[in-house]
Amino acid sequence: MRKRSTRTFLLNKKTAYTFALLFLAAAVFAGTAAGTIQVPFHQIGAILAHHIIGTEAMIDTSIDNIVWEIRFPRVVLAGLIGASLAIAGAAFQGLLRNPLADPYTLGVSSGASVGAVLVLFFHVSIPFLGRFTLPVVSVTTAVLTIFCVLLFAQAIERSMKLETIILTGIIFSSFLGSFISLMIALTGEELRQIINWLLGSVSMRGWPYVQLMLPFFVGGSLLLLYLAPELNAMSFGEEKAKHLGVNVQRKKMMVLIAGSVLTGAAVAVSGTIGFVGLVVPHFIRILIGPDHRHLLPLSMIAGGGFLIIADLAARTVISPTELPIGVITSLIGAPVFALILINRKRKGGVA
Amino acid sequence: MLQVNELSGGYGSGLIVRGVSFSVKQGELFGILGPNGSGKSTLLNMVSGLIKPATGEVLIKGRPAVSYSPKELARVVAVLPQMTSSQFAYTVKETVSLGRYAHQTGFFKSWTERDEEMVQKALERTGTTAFSEKPLSALSGGERQRVFLAQALAQEPEILLLDEPTNHLDLSFQKELLDLLKRMTVDGLTVISIFHDLNLSSLYCDRLLLLDKGSIHKLGQPADIMIEQHIQRVYQTEVQKQPHPEVPKPQMSILPEKGRQKKIDIDAHLLEHHGNYLSLRPPVPLKSLSSGVIGAGWGWRSAFVNRHVDQHYNMENFEQEAADYFVQNGFDIQDTVGMMTAVHMDDAAWRKEVQEDVSVFVVATAGAGNAIDVTQPRSSWKHPSPGTINIWVFVNGKLSEEAFVQGIMTATEAKTKALADQGVYDAGTGTIATGTSTDSILLAATQRGSYQQFAGSITPLGIAIGRAVYESVTASLQKTALRKASL
Repeated sequence: MRKRSTRTFLLNKKTAYTFALLFLAAAVFAGTAAGTIQVPFHQIGAILAHHIIGTEAMIDTSIDNIVWEIRFPRVVLAGLIGASLAIAGAAFQGLLRNPLADPYTLGVSSGASVGAVLVLFFHVSIPFLGRFTLPVVSVTTAVLTIFCVLLFAQAIERSMKLETIILTGIIFSSFLGSFISLMIALTGEELRQIINWLLGSVSMRGWPYVQLMLPFFVGGSLLLLYLAPELNAMSFGEEKAKHLGVNVQRKKMMVLIAGSVLTGAAVAVSGTIGFVGLVVPHFIRILIGPDHRHLLPLSMIAGGGFLIIADLAARTVISPTELPIGVITSLIGAPVFALILINRKRKGGVA
Repeated sequence: MLQVNELSGGYGSGLIVRGVSFSVKQGELFGILGPNGSGKSTLLNMVSGLIKPATGEVLIKGRPAVSYSPKELARVVAVLPQMTSSQFAYTVKETVSLGRYAHQTGFFKSWTERDEEMVQKALERTGTTAFSEKPLSALSGGERQRVFLAQALAQEPEILLLDEPTNHLDLSFQKELLDLLKRMTVDGLTVISIFHDLNLSSLYCDRLLLLDKGSIHKLGQPADIMIEQHIQRVYQTEVQKQPHPEVPKPQMSILPEKGRQKKIDIDAHLLEHHGNYLSLRPPVPLKSLSSGVIGAGWGWRSAFVNRHVDQHYNMENFEQEAADYFVQNGFDIQDTVGMMTAVHMDDAAWRKEVQEDVSVFVVATAGAGNAIDVTQPRSSWKHPSPGTINIWVFVNGKLSEEAFVQGIMTATEAKTKALADQGVYDAGTGTIATGTSTDSILLAATQRGSYQQFAGSITPLGIAIGRAVYESVTASLQKTALRKASL
């Protein structure tokens, strides 16, 4: 009786994980295989095995180069970014008790963008960092922004109600957004470069960017996964969470910082990629329900897969020209989201 | 269990609660009352730790509440707010399981057998097991409130704080919830609850705290709090106290503002003669105390009927037969007082008496067939034949309940005197009769006009009742005697 009713309402948890992992694996292989030179799956398998666990591989070095130095890091980076945005989105939605919140709600993306656009505008290059100047500056400004937002919110109201934080985020977003517009207006020939960055891309990044992204990703997502029970409690409201025994002030701060670090790092290496953090958690919630202990990891896996597919589409649809990945995610994300909303209204609010 | 010392505080700068002290013992159901804005919720929020008090302290199990960590506090104190909502479709089971948060320790917060057991128990106690796999959004407001109660119970609290828990519940769930809380206090749970409804709080609480503008107006047992003057002063509204029909706890009724009232005079022009029955339909319902076949006891009645039945009327099932008869003749038995007699309606007599500012109109049908002297020893008699002396007393005035009782006494005394003066004897004992075996009486008042607190034999109302009853009973006795003699 219990099992059956579970199944009719929600997907079985194990099945959900299996599907998500299969989707991710399929996305990884498809993303690595497709391009101007098609690489068969078994060769990909052999190359990956060779580099990761050190098996012998008799593969053409140019193919090996394409797979290991160009396509695979790109796929991994896309996966990390997608996973970061999706888990951060799911966490923000739970914390802000608003299914329409996304990782950019609190102005983190504007902060990261300002840093990046400053670098592009002034051609800044910090010694030792070289071409990493942009992502490093960008992550720094993103994290700086979230701290400014939190400090400002705290100055307004010591208990830092979520409404205050959201409003502060909106103020910062608008303010920083105007900075970006100002710099775009003042830009001459770098305009295309800045716009391209703002639209988002994961091309030509390579392993160093993966290494840059990885620590933020591991730290942020582990922290969020650990906070899943608190997120469950807090999605019933801060007061209820407090009554249930959650140290709301501290846990709220931790979620905000972890989510912002993830978002900031993602924006820094790839630009603002919309809709991943909004659509993926929504979709997962429909499938398995809102329990954050499953919602967060599944969103992470599905988000990674989704962005790999989106990137694949971005570089193959009108090949050899590459579309900005943010355009693809919005092209797919917006209609899907509209469908979800229509469906939700019809069903009477189950999502 | 819980001690509150000189607690003051509020939101922002202003103090909403000022210097409140009280203590609650284990197993007590403690109610907090007060009008809107009196600081009830603020007080509860300070006790639950949501708001830091400006001054004063809260001691929980002898320890300052501020010294508890959030988890420690949640293992002792659970809170059920007025309404909890979530944007997300958590299932009932998931929601209730969150109540175990404070009990889950260690890095991985593993779900133990005890956790599962407590969740199942909480679901059972609140009657929510049946829909444990449903999403919250599919439940009604009342069901949802029970789910959150289950969540609070899963915390295994020693103290349960509730903020107007019955607010969104319909009548039966209000009762179920409060009955459940009451049962749990017997097992040692301490319950502190805000109430909007004075009567519910009086019924269920052991002690009540009446807040007024942030300070204690009165603290004590329901009987000490539910006093008209306290309630009227704090709530600034007219109320009247009444006993509960079954439970020895006082209840309050609000008194709606009365519009300008037309003066009403009940007298002979309202009396309708229908051959077999006599009726009177006043223009407004009358507050009535009666012993009729229909509509006995207290009530607001708008029709009064006295029906003639044959001497050989079958007394089995007479209540059903009488009810059918009254309905057939167009009377709503919910607001009718109906009497029956073997006396012919032509022999009815009535009389109006005016005394100072009050007037009384009496209608009597009296026959001496079953005359009895109640002071004589006899075995009781379970088969009444149709009644003989029916008296209606209508008062154009506002009567206290005391006046109703005295009015009935006075009318009975007048009736007995009329029987004596008419020389009616108890056929069995040969002594002067005091009444008949099946007499009925009605005292009905318009409840407008002059206020009459008393109706004893030397009050204006008493004098009027005595005179009118004596005269009308005497006249009716004479008429029936005449009819008997002519047969």
